[in-house]
Amino acid sequence: MPEMTLIDAIRQGMDEELARDPNVFILGEDVGVRGGVFRATMGLFAKYGPERVMDSPLAEASIIGVGIGAAMYGFRPICEIQFADFIHPAFNQIINEAAKMCYRSNGDWTVPMVIRAPYGGGIGGGLYHSQSLEAFFTHTPGLKVVVPSNPRDARGLIKSAVRDPNPVLFFEPKKGYRLIKGEVPEGEYLVPIGQAAVSRPGTDVSVFAYGMMHYYTLQAAEKLSAEGISVEVVDLRTLYPVDRESILASVRKTGKALVVYEDNLTGGYGAEIAALIGELAFTDLDAPVRRLAGPDVPAVPFSHPLQDWFMLNPEKIASAIRDLSKY
Amino acid sequence: MPTKVIMPQLGESVVEGTVTRWMKKEGETILEFEALLEVNTDKVDTEIPSPASGTVLKLLVPDGMTVTAGTLLAWIGQPGEEIPAGDIGAALTAHSAPPAPRQSVTASAVPAVSPRSERDLGFISPVVARIARENQVDLQQVTGTGQGGRISRKDVLAFIETHPTTVASIPIWETPADGDLFRPTELMFKTAPTETSVLPVKGQGDQLIPHTTIRRSIAEHMLKSKTISPHVTTVMEVDLSRVVAHRSANKAAFAKDGANLTYTAYFMAAIVAALKVYPLVNSSWTDEGVLLHSAINIGMATSLGTDGLIVPVIKAADGLSLLALTRAVNDLAQRARDRKLLPDEVKGGTFTLTNHGISGSLFATPIINQPQCGILGVGVVQKRAVVINDAIAIRQMVYVSLTFDHRILDGASADWFLAKVVDVLQNWAEPGI
Amino acid sequence: MELSNDLLFDMYWTMLLARRTDERAWVLHRQGKIAFHISGIGQEAAQVGAAFALQRGEDWVSPYYRDLALMLALGLTPLEFMLSVMGKKGEPSSGARQMPSHWGLRRANVLSHSAPVATQSLHASGVGLAIKLRGDKKVVLTTIGEGSTSQGEWYEAVNWAAIHKLPVIFMVENNSYAISVPQDKQMAVPSSADKACGLGLPGISVDGTDIVAVYEAMHTAVTRARSGEGATVIEARAYRLTPHSSDDDDRAYRTREEVESHKKNDPILLTRQMLLNKKIATQKKLDELEARAQVEIEQAVADATAAPYPAPEEALHPVYAEEVARA
Repeated sequence: MPEMTLIDAIRQGMDEELARDPNVFILGEDVGVRGGVFRATMGLFAKYGPERVMDSPLAEASIIGVGIGAAMYGFRPICEIQFADFIHPAFNQIINEAAKMCYRSNGDWTVPMVIRAPYGGGIGGGLYHSQSLEAFFTHTPGLKVVVPSNPRDARGLIKSAVRDPNPVLFFEPKKGYRLIKGEVPEGEYLVPIGQAAVSRPGTDVSVFAYGMMHYYTLQAAEKLSAEGISVEVVDLRTLYPVDRESILASVRKTGKALVVYEDNLTGGYGAEIAALIGELAFTDLDAPVRRLAGPDVPAVPFSHPLQDWFMLNPEKIASAIRDLSKY
Repeated sequence: MPTKVIMPQLGESVVEGTVTRWMKKEGETILEFEALLEVNTDKVDTEIPSPASGTVLKLLVPDGMTVTAGTLLAWIGQPGEEIPAGDIGAALTAHSAPPAPRQSVTASAVPAVSPRSERDLGFISPVVARIARENQVDLQQVTGTGQGGRISRKDVLAFIETHPTTVASIPIWETPADGDLFRPTELMFKTAPTETSVLPVKGQGDQLIPHTTIRRSIAEHMLKSKTISPHVTTVMEVDLSRVVAHRSANKAAFAKDGANLTYTAYFMAAIVAALKVYPLVNSSWTDEGVLLHSAINIGMATSLGTDGLIVPVIKAADGLSLLALTRAVNDLAQRARDRKLLPDEVKGGTFTLTNHGISGSLFATPIINQPQCGILGVGVVQKRAVVINDAIAIRQMVYVSLTFDHRILDGASADWFLAKVVDVLQNWAEPGI
Repeated sequence: MELSNDLLFDMYWTMLLARRTDERAWVLHRQGKIAFHISGIGQEAAQVGAAFALQRGEDWVSPYYRDLALMLALGLTPLEFMLSVMGKKGEPSSGARQMPSHWGLRRANVLSHSAPVATQSLHASGVGLAIKLRGDKKVVLTTIGEGSTSQGEWYEAVNWAAIHKLPVIFMVENNSYAISVPQDKQMAVPSSADKACGLGLPGISVDGTDIVAVYEAMHTAVTRARSGEGATVIEARAYRLTPHSSDDDDRAYRTREEVESHKKNDPILLTRQMLLNKKIATQKKLDELEARAQVEIEQAVADATAAPYPAPEEALHPVYAEEVARA
């Protein structure tokens, strides 16, 4: 089985979808000739041409708005927002238009589109190249939100996202673009949207994570196993609609739940998971449901000691798990 | 060796007492027989004399607290003497000093058990409470290794592993002495005082299969149905020769139309025909009267294997030809197995067919699908020797069992309906129609 | 160019039907029979002149909320409009999920639009891009109020269309007010059409009460678009003869004299006069049209009043495309 990086897997998935369906095209800043500022679309412009891999003007609202119009005419655009931090001008088009189109037209108009954006910190990006924004979009019925944590899932999920008839936000943990490597099966496969995965079975504590935090959690779990603590790690993969059954099944098994997310603690995505567990798995709980998240400051600072203070890492995660296991 | 002070049983049926007032403080000296504390029960208020001379080492129960008879109240001993640790569950020993606790009853009558004093269990988490309840675990018996000494999930599960649930035993001070007139019935019959003694008790090696939603739903429905309707079942047999012949002749043609022709469609058709002639069977009981349904919607009980069963409904079955009925049967059965039925498709039935013969059953007493009036069970189709014109012939026979609601139908009216079903099947039109 | 008598007559009928329907909606509102109405009175010539210059049913339209006349020209019926103001089941734009006049009509290639203004302009550019990618010979008409051309998304949409020579006609229905804000507080240029050249497009300003002028300007723009030469910005100048909506009291920001003075340029009056002057229609014929409109509208109101409301459970769907039950 070939091994590749997270970003290679995403590119490969997009390449395959472009080849498979002539209605698929990529739209975004610098995606064409440059191949994307992270090289996510490298080689695709040469392979498919300017009508399938299109460089857009510097106007995020228009990347999404034009994408919506094209989708309504029968295309399946993959819109790239260069950094999730720049998605805000497109918020109107995503929340008010894409998410609501099917519902407001009583099913007459749908928007089969993927919106890809690199998110997350730990790369020296400061406040405007490090943001995690899933909390805003997982509060919007009509959207789907997906976050891969490894190359195998990334390839399977981007393909599922392209084939999904709804607007799908595909947040890519940029710190993991080249850091996270893994085996990717050859041949066609899809990873379904709406399904979590138990990436490491365990019996003492359930940890729910996604993206870069999932990668770190696996490392923490490995370390803790040497201490005799058996950690069950669940990769959520789809944040909205989330796989409730898998979450509840894991809590039933261990009785203890920790939700890990990089974003600010208060009102962050993990708060919803914690609430869900508290409400639906109450009689399975042996300890309070805990969250481990980023601090409630406006964003990730630049200077590396400040950044490291903000960011979670395997040690911080292991410490929280250890603590919970002792309860 | 320090001496224990125990709450005595003051009266035959008394099981607890309240420490009204200690008359000595810790560290004070006391003489044997000197009044140590005042105790109140519903029968008597009295002073309790000390069982020994010495220093009051420890008072374990504060003023005003009510405890069960046999509870350890205090220790009397020499100053500085060590009180035995973890003594909460210590066995009762007989004392000669008045008022003497009752003698232990011999082990053969009632199992000896430790007196229970209540320790503070600390925080009991929701899952611990649930597991304890489900397994009848006395948490007082469980050692806690969780934070602050609390009982964790692991602790209670470990306890269950090593302590197969036994019947709760009676503390011996609750047993009156011989010669008493009034004894707890539990003792008279030598059983444990459990409130729900008919519930199954989980033994070692027993496995609990948690209920699925379907199972609970089936259980609830079946129980309720039996409590609502007086169920009576009447059985007749059917000679299926004509049906068998018709089916053989038409199966291929139906298959060309994408329909798999099974016996079910014929039974459906026969039910429809009989319901039309006997509309009283297509009804529901109400307080105001019997409600005759104009629609004929037949439910088809479909097995989901170990998961249970589901009953999709063929709506307006009276308007369907054999081909249409066959298609409907195929479609609903498939979608039932694929779990793809819509909510609307399992509602609104006015009569139900259950094909219990699939697994070999001859005849049965199916349970009515409320709020319907009847349910028809079809047994296994098999060749039997039957008597026709005083000769023995071999025919494809099947038993049909009609369970009906005896509030609505009587034996006669039920049998008329069932006989009509039989008649339609036995006289099925010649092949080709 | 010479417009045929039949064409002028048909356009007048559509304008008249729109006017009388619109007026009836005001009456229904003031009678307390409907909750909300937003009007296009005064803009009928702009809308109908534009619609008739399209290949209706083939070309695509991305309208805004004042476009009742445009929608009737595209095939919306007075009954369908009345269903929307009454929020009844069977309302074609949204199944009564949206407020009235939030158009969408798949059968006429009319995109579903929302309330945040100018979002529809980007969708139009998206459709234009898709048409070009497909090589189809269709054009897109998108309308908007002059106030909304202040929105960033309008510029982004026009910019896109200019860069890629998209077959889009951006028609600005300048009715002089954006609720209470007059044009001179909305832009520094005398006409929204003047903004076009800044983005590289031709901008044409016409008298929006003159149906022939509008038709001719649109015809030019449609021809240009269909031939692949690109987009145009047309400003049709008119005047909003009613308050912004049934919730607005325009006495707070303009005088009755001002409003009265503009009634002289009522497009219905002007067009009717033209038909009489050119002997395209007699007064008798025009009276017949009035009677016919009356009958149609009465029937529409009666049928809509008798129509049922949607069942509450319908509000649950369709959130995602999977939920859309297609016949």
